[in-house]
Amino acid sequence: MLNRRLGRFVERVTLLTGLCLVTVGALAEKLGYPEKEELRLGFIKLTDMAPIAIAYEKGFFEDEGLYVTVEAQANWKVLLDGVIDGRLDGAHMLAGQPIAATIGYGTKAKIITPFSMDLNGNGITVSNDIWAQMKPNLPKMDNGLPVHPIKAEALKPVVDKFIESGKPFNMGMVFPVSTHNYELRYWLAAGGIHPGFYAPHKGDTSGQINADVLLSVTPPPQMPATLEAGTIHGYCVGEPWNQQAVFKNIGVPVVTDYEIWKNNPEKVFGITEAFAKKYPNTTVRLTRALIRAAKWLDDNNNANRPEAVKILAQTNYVGADYKVIANSMTGTFEYEKGDKRSVPDFNVFFRYHATYPYYSDAIWYLTQMRRWGQISEDKPDSWYKDIARKVYRPDLYRKAAESLIAEKVMNASDFPDFNNETGFRPEQTHFIDNIVYDGRTPNDYLNKFSIGLKQGETI
Amino acid sequence: MMSTVKRQLAFARVDSFSTQNIVRGVQSVFKGMLLPSLGIVAFLILWSFAASSINTSLGKFPGPQAVFEQVQNLYREHRVEREKEAAFYQRQEARNEKRLAEDPRYQPKIRAYTGKETFWDQIVTSLLTVMSGFLLAVLLAIPLGIAIGLSKKLNTAINPIIQIFKPVSPLAWLPLVTIVVSAVYVTPDPMFAKSFINSLVTVTLCCIWPMVINTSVGVASLNKDWVNVSKVLRLPALQHVKKIVLPASIPAIFTGMRMSLGIAWMVLIAAEMLAQNPGLGKFVWDEFQNGSSQSLSRIMTAVLVIGLIGFILDRSMLQLQRLLSWDKTVELR
Repeated sequence: MLNRRLGRFVERVTLLTGLCLVTVGALAEKLGYPEKEELRLGFIKLTDMAPIAIAYEKGFFEDEGLYVTVEAQANWKVLLDGVIDGRLDGAHMLAGQPIAATIGYGTKAKIITPFSMDLNGNGITVSNDIWAQMKPNLPKMDNGLPVHPIKAEALKPVVDKFIESGKPFNMGMVFPVSTHNYELRYWLAAGGIHPGFYAPHKGDTSGQINADVLLSVTPPPQMPATLEAGTIHGYCVGEPWNQQAVFKNIGVPVVTDYEIWKNNPEKVFGITEAFAKKYPNTTVRLTRALIRAAKWLDDNNNANRPEAVKILAQTNYVGADYKVIANSMTGTFEYEKGDKRSVPDFNVFFRYHATYPYYSDAIWYLTQMRRWGQISEDKPDSWYKDIARKVYRPDLYRKAAESLIAEKVMNASDFPDFNNETGFRPEQTHFIDNIVYDGRTPNDYLNKFSIGLKQGETI
Repeated sequence: MMSTVKRQLAFARVDSFSTQNIVRGVQSVFKGMLLPSLGIVAFLILWSFAASSINTSLGKFPGPQAVFEQVQNLYREHRVEREKEAAFYQRQEARNEKRLAEDPRYQPKIRAYTGKETFWDQIVTSLLTVMSGFLLAVLLAIPLGIAIGLSKKLNTAINPIIQIFKPVSPLAWLPLVTIVVSAVYVTPDPMFAKSFINSLVTVTLCCIWPMVINTSVGVASLNKDWVNVSKVLRLPALQHVKKIVLPASIPAIFTGMRMSLGIAWMVLIAAEMLAQNPGLGKFVWDEFQNGSSQSLSRIMTAVLVIGLIGFILDRSMLQLQRLLSWDKTVELR
């Protein structure tokens, strides 16, 4: 009798506790108000800052109770320092910046990314003069236009001529750890041109050791002016600065990064780890606003793009002419003047899970840092994964995405299957030199390149 | 006695209507108005001609017409931004009320508008910065200048330092100022933005030297008779400075101030460009970076506005100088 009573009592208690736990769980899932409401976000004048501009102009930040000031920065260094010293709360960053900051290449700081901003969106442009010299080396199609993708093999004879006559062949990229640096290097090396090594352990961070082509840093918006001045013969930069060269009649874009590596990860949204810890709700809410903006940009097959271009053309965002920005943002890309080709995925903001911070993307950047000597020593595969886990934070992304799904703002089908997602994309095959990349085996990947440091090699 | 005064007045009245005076009046109007207008018209014509023959990668160089259009454009943008600002505050109030209903403990707060700064806002920012930096420099430089002017020993001690720092472009200081300000000026809720402090300190640094030098020279070249008067009257030191030194050296002090303000305005624009601090300099730099077909005419507009403001600043100092200067025989221009 007593036993049975006791049993019933225990049953009830368990049931009650269970109920309590369920309610607590539900409460915990409801996202709290932001701890910090007034935020200052930095960006560089490039079209791929669009998610930030859209989240502001479409009121997605305000929907989260965030009052955001958006501010253009002079160059990537100023932007990074701004985030590190707290002048900026977050920023549109080169994917390499949070990674380099974490491993201490350049300024050491704990920067993380809960949100990947876009895929593709860069191009390599050469001056009219170099283009004229490259043109005879290019295979042509029936209509007389060059076959794409254009490989750096066509540039090699031109560079060789420069070297023979003792003149330097200079090209611009936007930052030592920028996507553009690695893409330009990848393209050059795939065509047999050596872009030079870094040797930070010897104090040489010029990246010009053994170089056939001398790469140097120029801020994106100044690229066309620097090319026009003849200081550089070509550059790799994001839009609209390649299309600007076409409009200004000063250069010809030869290849887009979509052709170098189909759907390569581009910018990320960077914040400090301290910020994410101190303001967890603000972090998730920022991520939510950015996810919604990215989706808006790609919705209905880019239907919103013309409106987005109009916003980006405002002087406080990118500020270039509407038609210059529209050229690439609306799915086309103009190479040589008049040679306009369709590249529907030139700017991808949301499709193909573009906003999810994949570990394998971070590891690709690390492999390129190792390939060109920015990471001077050998590292085991596990090290690559550890760094990627420190910097890329799909856990924060997941929180934001799941709350959006719970509020029925977005559908679960918009996102990767979070329960089964490992953070590694399957083997990626679409590189210009047909080398296959698998983020799980970075050292094997490095051994596949003919130009660049392999496992065990140092400068 | 009265009659003489009346006669003189009458004579003066007649004299002012004399043909000779009319001619002189016309001449002065001609000199004062017509010649400058002629100069401006000639400049406008030359400018349009030159502009239409310069082709840049951003299109033709902007002529007067393009600048005029841009002025209207910038004004329109300013109006639009103000409307957006009003809407922003409205939305914010609605949001605050909604949150207050959900969460009664919430203390609503009105946050400042987060939109972009218009051309007009940038002008105001630059003016505020230059005036604050200038005033700070006045507060530092004039007492220092007086002290140096009064004491030969102090002058000999400090002069080398002043001579070394005077020719340094304040822009060279800028990186140091930026780093030091961000290290030293740390408060959780700062009253002034760091960028404002940076520009302000840079302006102060460049204003200080001409003012110190001019003040000290003015003080040192004080009329010996007046110094003797002060000695005879046994004026205490502070009274001596107040009654004799300051009034006597006002022309010199103001010459220094005018020089500094001119330099300060030029330096501020450059500093804003370099450090991306809000203001007209940032406006110019942003437009240069934008590289749109409108950019050149917007920059040209800014150039003219910068010139105009510089001119107005200089004239205001001149008026102040005329007002305060005791020696009306010296021609000031």
